Parts: sequence; structure tokens; C-alpha cells
Amino acid sequence: MIRINKISVIFGRGTPLEHSVFQDFTLQIQTGEFVTVIGGNGAGKSTLMNVISGDVRVERGQIWLDEKEVTTLRPHERSALISRVFQDPLLGSFSDLTIEENLSLAYSRGETRNLRPALNKKLRDKYRTILAEIGINLENRLQDKMGLLSGGQRQAVSLLMATLQPAKILLLDEHTAALDPKMEQVVLELTQKLILEHQLTVLMITHSMNQALAYGNRTLVMHQGQVVKDLQGEARTALQASELIPFF
Amino acid sequence: MNMIQFLGALELGLLYGVITIAVYLTFRVINFPDLTVDGSFPLGAAVASALIVKGVDPVFATLAAILAGCIAGFVTGYLHVRWKILGLLAGILTMTALYSINLRIMGKPNIALLMEPTLFQGSNTVLPALATIAIVLIVLLTIFLGSQFGLALRSTGINPRVCPAYGINVGVMTIIGLCLSNGLVAFAGALFAQVHGFADISMGTGTLIVGLAAVIVGETLFHSYRIWLILISCVLGSILYYLVIALALNTNFAGLQSSDLKLVTSVLVVVALLFPQFRQKILSKYRGIS
Repeated sequence: MIRINKISVIFGRGTPLEHSVFQDFTLQIQTGEFVTVIGGNGAGKSTLMNVISGDVRVERGQIWLDEKEVTTLRPHERSALISRVFQDPLLGSFSDLTIEENLSLAYSRGETRNLRPALNKKLRDKYRTILAEIGINLENRLQDKMGLLSGGQRQAVSLLMATLQPAKILLLDEHTAALDPKMEQVVLELTQKLILEHQLTVLMITHSMNQALAYGNRTLVMHQGQVVKDLQGEARTALQASELIPFF
Repeated sequence: MNMIQFLGALELGLLYGVITIAVYLTFRVINFPDLTVDGSFPLGAAVASALIVKGVDPVFATLAAILAGCIAGFVTGYLHVRWKILGLLAGILTMTALYSINLRIMGKPNIALLMEPTLFQGSNTVLPALATIAIVLIVLLTIFLGSQFGLALRSTGINPRVCPAYGINVGVMTIIGLCLSNGLVAFAGALFAQVHGFADISMGTGTLIVGLAAVIVGETLFHSYRIWLILISCVLGSILYYLVIALALNTNFAGLQSSDLKLVTSVLVVVALLFPQFRQKILSKYRGIS
């Protein structure tokens, strides 16, 4: 379970641009929940994600991932517990490394990196198998540079990278926003498949009201640093996407 | 160019090949423009010579030089990572400080090693020894950069923003990269002093540019993505660089003399940097016509 307990986040403290994003913000996400988050610009969606990942420090309050408090841990120190897929396909992976090297880097997340070879036949076979399973013809391109792939292919590989090692929570930051509609659908279906397969706890930010309701089992509508609507169960199933518009 | 000049250029090329590999580690692998090099090269020479003159075994003197270089790299990295000093400036600061430190270590502006024992017994063992060192270095670094740790080091130079998400501490990696690189540069300094029989306070000037020139020459001529090929092309680039310089200075080409060395070096780097752009232009023009 993810527990965010009465956190406060203030940007630009002590400057004329001081801006409070969260005040005593509290949120709990149960293990196995797939939460979609929606809200206008400046609602605090990305900050919420960055608080969990450690990229933004909280002024007050605590963050717990199961029984471990991570409030003061830096991003690389809590990376063993958290996996992420970023919005920009170009920024989320390592374009000058090959696909297999990217996967290998992700495979060492949460483990000590030593001087053993990063790649061997066993690992290559493993990567080839998981790439073949997602069916976008990458299984024979292990040694191609990541930078040669299309945005959609890169996001698909990024998803694999995020799910190679277990994590308490998977953070998806509008990971399909930069894709064309066809590839968006492919990546969303792959997301769904991997989440079910690994039984992941997920927090997914999206701009699309349809996506927010179609995927996952809980939807948060955020506005000015607060959850203004927390939809679950039947109330959520009965809701039409158009009914969310007033919250923006 | 006669045989002696050719062998001399080959020797210098192999020696600076070590520096080229070190420059490749900072400028390309961890993407850090490290200027400490101009200070850590004479540092290596100074430490090794000062110890050898005191009667220390050349092997230990060389190891001490490598360690000193690592420390210099650590200082640059620490200034940059911990105190957020701009990378270029951090390198310049360490390099400047090293000038005084090198004088302290040597106690005078230069030390002669002519009568002292060195790693090299007899002048005709120098070339094979340097070639062996270069090959061993290339093998070791290929294994290192292909390891889990080496892969993490390379990733910090490619996309530092995403590294923390995979548990990679960019700051620590930068410092380790700088230690390694400057350790190698100091190693080259120690070798230089023992091959040429002296250490001099001003021997570091322009070291970085030579290394960078060789990296670029190597990249331009043999562009490859495989680590071991890149490392080989670093050394080949360095050898080629010294052959070209020797040719330019020894054949009375365009009236050049040896004091024009640094000018020729800079012009060579500029040409090597511009070459890919011109090639692109010429290619696109050609395609436009056909």
C-alpha cells in the first residue's frame, strides 16, 4: 500500500514566486490498484508523481511504500521500489545504447551493479523472448540503437524496462501523449497486459478523460492540489467521460 | 621523414593513445569536458620522477603517479558534483592548482631521469612495451565498459535525467569517471617521463587538445559503435596525429617549424570538427543534383 500522509509541497520558497502545490495532501493507494489521474494544467498531477519518485521533496508529511518510509530518500535511493515510464519517448531511455543494453540497465534496477558482463547469452535470450511477446517486431533488433526506434516502439520498450524488476508502484506519466492514435492504442494495450501479468500497483496520469475511465479501477480528478473526485466501483463504471468536463 | 622520426612519432602516438582513451572516457563516455588533464599529465610525470630520483622502484613510482592522478580527478569531480561548480571551471581550477603542486612535488621546474632506473630497460624495448600497455588497456576497458557497472557509467553520459529512475547515482558515476580518466592521464605522464628521461613543469600545456584531436581523428576515420573498436580508433587516431605532425614539421612543408606545433594542433582539431559538417553539405548537394 502506498500512503501519502499530509504532505506539503511549496515551490520557490522565500521568493516572490512562492507557490504552494500541496497542503496537507493525503492519499492512499491499495496494493494492486490501478489508479488513473486526470486534471487540468497545474492541478498537481505531475508533482504528485514526482513526490512519490523523490524528484520533488516534501516540506512536511511522510510517504510510505508498504512498511518503508521513503520521505527523505533521493530518487536513485528509492528506485528499487519504484518503476517509471516518462512522457517523452526521447527522454525516457538511452538513445545511444542498444535495445539490449537499455534492457540490461533496467534489469539491474534495485541490484548492486558489479563488474560482471552486462550481457550474456542467457540474458539475450530472455530479452528476445519478452520482445517477441509484445509483437512489434523488435526481437531481431536487440543490437540496434534505441535512438533508431519510433516513439511508440521506444515507449513499448520503456514499459518492458519498467516491468523487468518488481516495484511497489509503477508510475506512468502520460506515457502515450506523444504518440499517434494507432501506436497509442498498441502501447495502452501493452500497458494493460503487463500490469495484469505482473499484478502491479499503478498510478497513471492521462490527459484523456476516456482513457482515465476506460483503464484501471479507480480514477482521481485533481484540481489545485486537491483530489476533488475519487471515483471507484459502480459510481465510476456508470460515469460518462463528458461528465468529467465540469471538473476542469 | 626518416625511420627514426617515424618510430619517434609511433612512440609518441602510443603514449598519447593512453591520454586519448582517457579523454574519450570524460568527453564522450560521461560527457564531461574535463580540463584537469593539462595538470594531471605533468602530475603523473612529477610524482613518478620525484620518487624514482629518491630511489623508489619504478613500478611503485608509476602506481603512485596513477593514484595521484585519480585524486586530481576526484577533486575536479567533487567540486562539480558537491558544490555545483561548472564542469569546465572545476577542471581549470584543479589544473591551475596542480601547477603549484607539481612544482612542490618536484622541488624544481624539471627533473632529469637519464641515469635512473625506469620501467623500460634499453631504448629498443620502449615501442613493444608501449604497444603491450595500449593493448592491455584496451582489453581491460572493453571488459569494464561492457560490465553492469560500466554500462551504468556510460548511461550517465547519455541521459543523466533518467539515470536516478534506474538507481544510478549520476554524481558518484561522474566522480568515478574523472578519477579513472585522470589516473590514466597521470599514468601516461609517468610513462612519458620514463621514456624521455625527464619531467618538466610545462609539459602539460596542450595535452588535452592533443587528446581531443586524436579522439576526433579516430572517430572521423573509423566511425564505429563497438567499444573495443572505438578504443582502438582512439589509439590509431593518436598515432595518426603524431605521424601527420611529424610529416608536417619535418618535410619543410609550407615552411612550418617545430614552434608551430600548437598552432598546427589547433588547426587540425578545427578541421576535424568541421569535417563532418562539410561532408554533410557536400553529400546533400550531390543528392540534390542527382
